[in-house]
Amino acid sequence: MSADRRPRRRTLADRGIDGVTLLLLPAALFVVLLFVYPFVYGLLLSFAPKEGGWLGNYSKFFSDPYMYGTIWLTLRLALPVTLLNIALSVPVAMQVRHMKRQRLLTTILVLPITLGTVLVAEGLLNYLGPQGWLNRTLILIGLIDHPIRLVHNYWGVFISLVITGFPFTFLLTLSMISGIDPALEQAAATLGARARSRFRHIVLPLIVPGLAVTFCLAFVDAFSVFPSAVMLGAPAGETRVISFAAAQAAFEQYDYSYASAIAMIMAVVQFGFVGLVLTARGLFYKGPVGGGKG
Amino acid sequence: MESALERLWRTLVWAFVIFFVVNVLAMIATVVINSFGTRWLSSWLPAAFTLRWYASAWKEFQLGDVLLVTFQIAGAVVLLSALIGVPAAYALARRDFPAKPLVIVLFLLPLLVPPITFGIPLATVLYKVGLAGTMWGVIVANLVPTVPFTVILMIPFIEQIDPKVEAAARVFGAGTGRLFIHVLVPLLVPGILAATLLAMVRTVSMFELTFLTAGPSSQTLVVALYYSVFAAGVRAGQSIDAMAVIYMLSTLIWLIVALRFVNPTQIVARVKKSAA
Repeated sequence: MSADRRPRRRTLADRGIDGVTLLLLPAALFVVLLFVYPFVYGLLLSFAPKEGGWLGNYSKFFSDPYMYGTIWLTLRLALPVTLLNIALSVPVAMQVRHMKRQRLLTTILVLPITLGTVLVAEGLLNYLGPQGWLNRTLILIGLIDHPIRLVHNYWGVFISLVITGFPFTFLLTLSMISGIDPALEQAAATLGARARSRFRHIVLPLIVPGLAVTFCLAFVDAFSVFPSAVMLGAPAGETRVISFAAAQAAFEQYDYSYASAIAMIMAVVQFGFVGLVLTARGLFYKGPVGGGKG
Repeated sequence: MESALERLWRTLVWAFVIFFVVNVLAMIATVVINSFGTRWLSSWLPAAFTLRWYASAWKEFQLGDVLLVTFQIAGAVVLLSALIGVPAAYALARRDFPAKPLVIVLFLLPLLVPPITFGIPLATVLYKVGLAGTMWGVIVANLVPTVPFTVILMIPFIEQIDPKVEAAARVFGAGTGRLFIHVLVPLLVPGILAATLLAMVRTVSMFELTFLTAGPSSQTLVVALYYSVFAAGVRAGQSIDAMAVIYMLSTLIWLIVALRFVNPTQIVARVKKSAA
């Protein structure tokens, strides 16, 4: 017996499986039990509606404009915000990478991420309100005559998504751009390339794959916007986002099966966009992945 | 050797950065000033300053209880995620095995999928087993992103340790348990501190998962803040802002300590780094 067992143990150990590898088990089991299992459970539950056939929840969702419209209303917020945040992050990161006191700026920018969407929404309610500092300043410098309405509508949510989203995309972009070997750009500069063409031909191609990943992370985040859409937006109207519809189904109608179905639709849209972006990245970019440090 | 166009571009970019930072700081300042103001209707600053909103917020929102619950939950989450996460990170840093990429994806998914998306099915399961609405339900839900977060954050810290140190300890007869207590944990203190502090910040500011799983007696500060804004009108805006200031302090303290151990870019970057 022991003669049989010894070689087998050795091969397992050769493949890297021994007592130390087993330390992985609690964490892996935990994630399987509390992340993978609920997801599968939710998926199955979504096919067991309170009424109707197995597709009942989905046909209910897609036959009610008030429900399926939430996909469009959420996309209308998430897509422009994500694109804007990335478009702003790249030039800012290009400038900031040479800055000496980078740490102060990055610390200030990490504030809105840390404080979270609830606090940002509460702050913006005052700040963007008709008597808030922003409107007062705009009137003072004569840009507008009357306060413009920036809360309880689309723009309130949009601004809150820029405030929490821009620092996120910026910090990711900055870590990517500062990972590029400065010798590459110096070489190009020696050969007479101006800043613009150095960016166009050296930096941009190196960060495009990373930007695609950044886009995915930021988009998925913006698409699941919840507290700020309720607090700063018009949750019954133009910012009735999909996560709000799902939460309503769960906590106001206590229909967990329908709520799970909405969560699954949300996940499909998110993964759909991520898949699309990553496929496009694969088509356009051939070469070693990663302009970043990693 | 800068052209005028390049200089203009540079100015524009910096103008935007300043504009953004000023707006963020002004937004935070409005909350703080409003919480100390008596009446602030149509002027740049409140008519007078007072501390009474803090007293009324403390009473109205039972902030003492809410803070206690918040820190009990965050403390349990931090402790458990370190206990589960650090050994797993050690295994991932030191061993190569066939399914390793799959395991890494398993740990990345809860960080990449937004909490509200997996929170709804998770809350459904927790309601089914009767955990939702209790403090343990909130703790378990918050562990779902923080355990993988600790694992992913700790891997590079462990990789920095010279394996020879461990080999030496093993030669002198230390088992895995003693190796952890006497060699690895002391060497990993900065990493563990960074991971636990950031997990703390995440738990205190985690709205979605707590909102979906908390009952009346297991609300954390951020959920209480949300409900008070939601039901605004019955309460004075200033006392909501007083609560918001207390919430800010309870998050920022940990962030400031954490920033001594990590760079701000790392707080968001580690996900991307391991994903790419």
